Amino acid sequence: MTKKISVVERVHSANDQLAAENKQQLLQADLFSLNIMASPGAGKTSLIEKTLALVKPDYEIAVIDGDVATSIDADRAAEAGATAVQINTGGQCHIDAHMLRNALMELDLDQFDLLLVENVGNLICPASFKLGTDKNVLIASIPEGDDKPYKYPAMYQDVDALIINKIDLLPYVKFDMEYFQKGVQMLNPDLITFPVSCTTGEGIENWVNWLTEHIKDKKVS
Amino acid sequence: MHELAITEQIAEIAIRHGEKNAAMKITDLYLVIGELSTVIDDSVQFYWDLITENTICEGAKLHFQRIPAKFRCQDCGKEYPMVDGELAPCPFCQSNKMEILEGKEFHLDSINII
Repeated sequence: MTKKISVVERVHSANDQLAAENKQQLLQADLFSLNIMASPGAGKTSLIEKTLALVKPDYEIAVIDGDVATSIDADRAAEAGATAVQINTGGQCHIDAHMLRNALMELDLDQFDLLLVENVGNLICPASFKLGTDKNVLIASIPEGDDKPYKYPAMYQDVDALIINKIDLLPYVKFDMEYFQKGVQMLNPDLITFPVSCTTGEGIENWVNWLTEHIKDKKVS
Repeated sequence: MHELAITEQIAEIAIRHGEKNAAMKITDLYLVIGELSTVIDDSVQFYWDLITENTICEGAKLHFQRIPAKFRCQDCGKEYPMVDGELAPCPFCQSNKMEILEGKEFHLDSINII
């Protein structure tokens, strides 16, 4: 009486479909877009502030901030000169493609050169939900410890760039950079990595150069 | 928390395929989950019972098939499994360069309907 029906459909297919639509929309607007992921306190908002200070004079920037509650991060981005949109995820631990689509509707994308999407602080869930941005960026930070690539492989294996923040704390914290890098290399060989300190400004220039190269490429293509 | 979103997606896919096949009821779902995908069976089951009330999925049983992670060494080409849920260098040549062959799967394979 029961009948077996073959389905074979990826559980994330609905999200992936919406992410593909977002990608198309972003492509038409000729802007470069980043999905910035990290654990809470790694320095996502601080990095965005630093980036805005250096990139804003030359380019128009929009920031979409995902948080479980409050608009603290979006307020900080707006204060630093960006056009900011807040997504309150209502308890959800990540931004999904549908939420990003709604946020994109609030922006006149043609006005911007760069879109930064600040995901919810979390090393697990955001890895499973593609958004459709050009690149996925992960911020690791020294106080989190050097074992994170081993503990959160899904996050490390799919990102396009890695920022290692708070390197000014290296003398004070037990962090084996070689062990950390080995884990990263296992999952994502040739991953471009930027050691930085948002506090001292060390290394930020390399990151901003990479970013502006991509903004320019996007304008030309 | 993302098990809720995931469970909703599973229900959406199952109901869509069930309705397409004129199902009165969906009795079983067979899910394939790779060891490296971050999904917790118990949480999915918990949300499942809540969100499928009054749908054709109500009371359906979830079956999880776990696929162990498998890597291929990019230097010596040999394949090896993950041990104790930890990433480790190639046991044959100690290389750090690996490619993930299996373990990232996450799909609904089939359903049983009445």
